[in-house]
Amino acid sequence: MSYQVNEKGFYGEFGGAFIPEMLYPNVEALRQNYLEIIQTESFQTEFQQLLKDYVGRPTPLYFAERLSQKYNTKIYLKREDLCHTGAHKINNTIGQILLAKRLGKTRIIAETGAGQHGVATATVCALMGLQCIVYMGEIDIQRQAPNVARMKMLGAEVRSANSGSKTLKDATNEAIRDWINNPIDTFYIIGSVVGPHPYPDMVSRFQSIISQEIKKQLSEKEGRKNPDYVIACVGGGSNAAGAFYHFLEEENVQLIAVEAAGKGLDSGESAATSVLGKIGIIHGSKTLLMQSEDGQITEPYSISAGLDYPGVGPLHAHLHTSKRAEFAAITDDEAMQAGLNLCKTEGIIPAIESSHALAVLDQKTFDKNDIVIINLSGRGDKDLNTYIDYFNY
Amino acid sequence: MNRINIKLQEKKKLLSIYFTAGFPNLNDTVSIIEELEKSGVDMIEIGLPFSDPLADGPTIQDSSTIALENGMTTKLLFEQLKNIRKTVKIPLLIMGYFNPILQFGVEEFCQKCAEIGIDGLIIPDLPLEVFEDEFKVIFEHHNLKNIFLITPQTSEERIRKIDNLSDSFIYMVSSSNTTGSQNSFGKTQQNYFDKVAKMNLKNPQIVGFGISNKETFSEATKHQKGAIIGSSFVNYLKNNEIRSIEKYIKPLIQ
Repeated sequence: MSYQVNEKGFYGEFGGAFIPEMLYPNVEALRQNYLEIIQTESFQTEFQQLLKDYVGRPTPLYFAERLSQKYNTKIYLKREDLCHTGAHKINNTIGQILLAKRLGKTRIIAETGAGQHGVATATVCALMGLQCIVYMGEIDIQRQAPNVARMKMLGAEVRSANSGSKTLKDATNEAIRDWINNPIDTFYIIGSVVGPHPYPDMVSRFQSIISQEIKKQLSEKEGRKNPDYVIACVGGGSNAAGAFYHFLEEENVQLIAVEAAGKGLDSGESAATSVLGKIGIIHGSKTLLMQSEDGQITEPYSISAGLDYPGVGPLHAHLHTSKRAEFAAITDDEAMQAGLNLCKTEGIIPAIESSHALAVLDQKTFDKNDIVIINLSGRGDKDLNTYIDYFNY
Repeated sequence: MNRINIKLQEKKKLLSIYFTAGFPNLNDTVSIIEELEKSGVDMIEIGLPFSDPLADGPTIQDSSTIALENGMTTKLLFEQLKNIRKTVKIPLLIMGYFNPILQFGVEEFCQKCAEIGIDGLIIPDLPLEVFEDEFKVIFEHHNLKNIFLITPQTSEERIRKIDNLSDSFIYMVSSSNTTGSQNSFGKTQQNYFDKVAKMNLKNPQIVGFGISNKETFSEATKHQKGAIIGSSFVNYLKNNEIRSIEKYIKPLIQ
């Protein structure tokens, strides 16, 4: 079975470009040009150079000795938390801004939930001297004040999305509307492997540097390219897409995608799309999404702002239905404990998103000789307030 | 013959009105339609509300949110429209996003439309290619016209393709914009209206987005067959009684 996108933009039955005609010229131009542009030597040279000197890649593949002892298996952490701006998000924004420049675009828009993708976009816009507008739900603006300040310091304009539930999905709607209203000069940098084709494939490719490095680093450390497990958290799914990418066709590597169960799968406050979602259309893509019986998109919940998206990228929907990846659901409480556990065991404060991936260690038993890679997608600085409130520090 | 196609043969310029079903009150749907017909409107687009209406501006978004809060659903809309053809003769279209239709079942949705006497559908996020591959046959079977959109950015080649696939009218989006009202059209828009008129398409065009008064209606229908008013009418409903709809419509068609 193939796990790559097909010519029509589908992964199995998922994906495509379900967009209003107003977006067609822009999305079509991107579809026709993205592969050719990102495969040129000049693009690759500039991209690789920036990943190395600006982002700080390659990020370490760190053997977590004490964590391994605790769980009686071999655990490596892929340290995306050490990227500039504190998460894997910047791999993608660097790629997309180079593409935007080559397409002659001068105005950049983005959506953001917790603000991580917004900060990563504002950062590369500052780097390239391009105008940057970030849409963010009104409620998220209140919850994530430090990231709003960061974006402003970086020169971006933060626009409040006041429609619907005033969170990430609405910020995405507003960004899409902006693109409809500004079809000539504007490029939309989507932050995850969601949206109409070619975005899911394009973002996966930019994030695939994660698994490319894992292969090389694991060869050096263990004399083998493939681990037994790769574990990553999934909201929209960009860090998981990057961590899985070069292992998709290696059927002996088990992939575990970790979703946020929130307050529990049956609580009505959850973001575990693979369990609670049905096939439908969200933000231009046919995928699994949480919705009412009537097809209205419902609001997800997770303690982690980066995981509360009501859909998953079409690649992940395909990995789920084809059973290529195993999907796990981790509650707020399990994630918070796993995050604190990493602090105390390894001296690393993880983002709460990444803590969901770490919590799989408590849910599943691994063999002593298994090599388990956990993608540590981001660092926990942005989550300090949530940690403080939760643990009463 | 489909009611839309019969209507399009009339010599006059056509006025089509959009409203969101379930707004301002849940059970206004039928009385709004009846009042619109009485006031002299040529065609009606009944908006099936969606939680995430990407192509719409603030007015229609807000009306959709309120309609959903009021309890509007696809099933309920069909229930409300059950006997509409006993009183209303003009063409009726449903405008809605694809996901609620997909959840209802495309085949079942079309079947229901046919039973009620709906004449066409406007589904902005259903791509032409998917429609052609998967749903064209179903639409035709139920004598439903699928209305495609074109915009100032749509290439001539694609306009021709859309014209070939259409069999009633083409929904011509006046500017690169989400829905919303404007006071008049600029030179760029006039040129675009001209350009499309000169293409001699087999389907007449009806202009939508940005039409709010007699002036914009006249400008939009100078070269095109008709125009659609949405946001401006939805705004009017917010502040006026249904029985005063005529006061809104009359100045437009006199």
